[in-house]
Amino acid sequence: MAEVTGIKEIIKPENLAYKRTRIMTDNVLSYCPGCGHGTTHRILAEVIDEEGLQSEAIGVSPVGCSVLLYHYIDIDWQEAAHGRAPAVATGIKRLLPDKFVFTYQGDGDLAAIGTAETIHTCNRGENILIIFINNGIYGMTGGQMAPTTLPGMRSSTSPYGRDVKVMGNPLKITDIIATLPGTYYVTRQSVHTPANVRKTKKAMLKAARYQKLNKGTCFIEIVSNCPSGWKMTPVQSNKWMEENMLKYYPLGDLKVPPEETVQNANNPEKK
Amino acid sequence: MTEEIIIAGFGGQGVLSMGKIMAYSGVMQDMEVSWMPSYGPEMRGGTANVIVIISSERISSPIIRNFDTAIILNQQSLDKFEGSVKSGGILIYDGNGITRHPERKDITIYRVDAAEEAGRMSSPKTFNMIVLGGFLKIKPIIKMENVIKGLKKSLPERYHNLIPVNEKALERGMEIIRKV
Amino acid sequence: MEKELRLMKGNEAIAEAAIRAGADGYFGYPITPQSEILEYLMEANPSRTTGMVVLQAESEIAAINMVYGGAACGKKVMTSSSSPGISLKQEGITYIAGAELPCLIVNVVRGGPGLGTIQPAQSDYFQATKGGGHGDYHLIVLAPASVQEMADFVDLSFELAFKYRNPVMILSDGAIGQMMEKVWLAPQKERSKTYPEWATTGKPPERERNIITSLDLDPYAQEQFNKKLVAKYNEIREKEVRYEEFQCDDAEYLFVAYGTSARVCQKSVQLARAQGIKAGLLRPITLFPYPSVRIGSLAEKVRIILSVEMSAGQMVEDVMLSVNGKVPVFHFGRMGGIVTTPDEVVDYLKSKIIGG
Repeated sequence: MAEVTGIKEIIKPENLAYKRTRIMTDNVLSYCPGCGHGTTHRILAEVIDEEGLQSEAIGVSPVGCSVLLYHYIDIDWQEAAHGRAPAVATGIKRLLPDKFVFTYQGDGDLAAIGTAETIHTCNRGENILIIFINNGIYGMTGGQMAPTTLPGMRSSTSPYGRDVKVMGNPLKITDIIATLPGTYYVTRQSVHTPANVRKTKKAMLKAARYQKLNKGTCFIEIVSNCPSGWKMTPVQSNKWMEENMLKYYPLGDLKVPPEETVQNANNPEKK
Repeated sequence: MTEEIIIAGFGGQGVLSMGKIMAYSGVMQDMEVSWMPSYGPEMRGGTANVIVIISSERISSPIIRNFDTAIILNQQSLDKFEGSVKSGGILIYDGNGITRHPERKDITIYRVDAAEEAGRMSSPKTFNMIVLGGFLKIKPIIKMENVIKGLKKSLPERYHNLIPVNEKALERGMEIIRKV
Repeated sequence: MEKELRLMKGNEAIAEAAIRAGADGYFGYPITPQSEILEYLMEANPSRTTGMVVLQAESEIAAINMVYGGAACGKKVMTSSSSPGISLKQEGITYIAGAELPCLIVNVVRGGPGLGTIQPAQSDYFQATKGGGHGDYHLIVLAPASVQEMADFVDLSFELAFKYRNPVMILSDGAIGQMMEKVWLAPQKERSKTYPEWATTGKPPERERNIITSLDLDPYAQEQFNKKLVAKYNEIREKEVRYEEFQCDDAEYLFVAYGTSARVCQKSVQLARAQGIKAGLLRPITLFPYPSVRIGSLAEKVRIILSVEMSAGQMVEDVMLSVNGKVPVFHFGRMGGIVTTPDEVVDYLKSKIIGG
């Protein structure tokens, strides 16, 4: 047998294909295997680090699975009450307008209990970034129906499937947000393939830069999975997401900044 | 010295602003004052009233039910507050639109037909100043110079050109008030 | 700089005092009888002078959460509302207490329950002094009895809030909010340029990240935190009790009343004494912490204590706890937005003296 290579041998800089994001902490993530939160946290941390925003960033974490987000990224954090993150972020940004302020919220937080705060914060055009994780379910409390749960989709509070006549329709809140004059950049992305991860990261980078330029609210929906809540394996859940969630919530930009539209019009190939 | 006054009438008659000018005038004379209005929807088109207390001492309760002086500008207010004048106190009212006149015998009743007079002076907005003039004639608790100062304080600067008209209205009120 | 004399409504005095106290931000939502606070601030437009932020939120809930965000940045921030709006803010208030954030909340109380009336009441005493939202916590509660105190307590509230990292409530009512009196306004203070070390202002490389949260999933750690809060409240009880006495030295009959009712009772003392009844008044200025010790010692020398408040009898429970059975304690007060009159109080006292 060949000699076992020492661990120090392996992590020589020239052998590094991938490394831990610098500003991610050593705390173990509390997420289930296959969940999209971990990936999203990583690219968010990468964007903050790469844009040199660590000392300027103030994040607002939600109530939901990512309630402990403040344990994972090494920046200043505030934990908001359920649904209130956009109001909290408004308070922060109004008083510290030079800081990079963002919220990170799930569908129940953003599109059910916090709908008023979400709409009005975007309508005022608060110069913040809202990251909206849409997995169509309440993960933390154990798989209850969310405002974004698909028609017919089972959850612990729609055990026979979501009957839209009784329980209402899934709320496409991002589409509403895109109609508000206060928003500058509204997009729907996902993190279930490497290509999608790269696109989402690019969207976050843009949003960070727009915030520096005081452009208004940037809103990134990330359609994600919930293997535990959906009662699937990670692979099954990604497939189900592609086949069902993305049909209802198609990926792509819902609102593109005016100058970018102009640019794209001038350079059709770039599109 | 403590003078406890209620001014009551329709919303829009200048009830609250008359009280405000009184209170400001009291401040100018280095007195303690309080101005406690009725507030809320009842003021919009309904009745409005304000309790003004002017005192040489620290004012205790700003809300009271019995008054040294009641200044009454419509029938509803007369019906409501005639009984609230302290025995030996005074009631001043404008006879315009009054069908049931005050009847109490244990108080002194004065009439100042300010609405009519304001019409004659063709400056209907000085109505409340005519009433105030009448009051000051009967109860000269504040010097005229301090009333003018109070007027200046309570009026926005863009209306300061109206101060002479108001001064005239105050004087007119002093002339026309009469004991019933 | 000299103090400035003005004739103002209580609500306006709070707004002007906030600007002068160097407040960094106000977030509010209109509700009678306190809308003048937001209106005054919007008209004064302090963003041009001191840089103070004034924002009309979409709801009371949003407003208190904006306060949370601003307070967690170490800024002097405040909100105001009236009873139904304060009920809506309770969620935010308990989070603020749980995250130990300093801020000022003004409640210009109106009659309840529910939509109630827009007229003055003191029926939010329990809510203000016993917590209000969920969980074990207290606000520091100041009860102004004049327009002057409406102004003075703004600066005092910020001082106490930052000293103890605790939300402070000014518990006023529609009468004091709406009435005008003389007020001496303090000179303009500069807004603070420094931040407390716990504030989230963006993490510089040399310090650990700051996290503002009220969450601890470990019950043992949460219990330790609860104990820390209890110790803080006990320190506040020890050091921050404030009250005022009127003619208590020889009093045989003691009124206990705060805010508008205290003004009423001041007159009742005069009326009673004119009739040969030796009455006195103790006016709690802080409702939490409550002047229990002083009331307890006055109970040694008076015959009857009458708690007067515009409620069904809330503060009277604290009076009873302070008195601990030493003398009979009664409650008297009007409700529904009706302000008790001085002679009603005297009549009630006489009925108790004669009856007793």
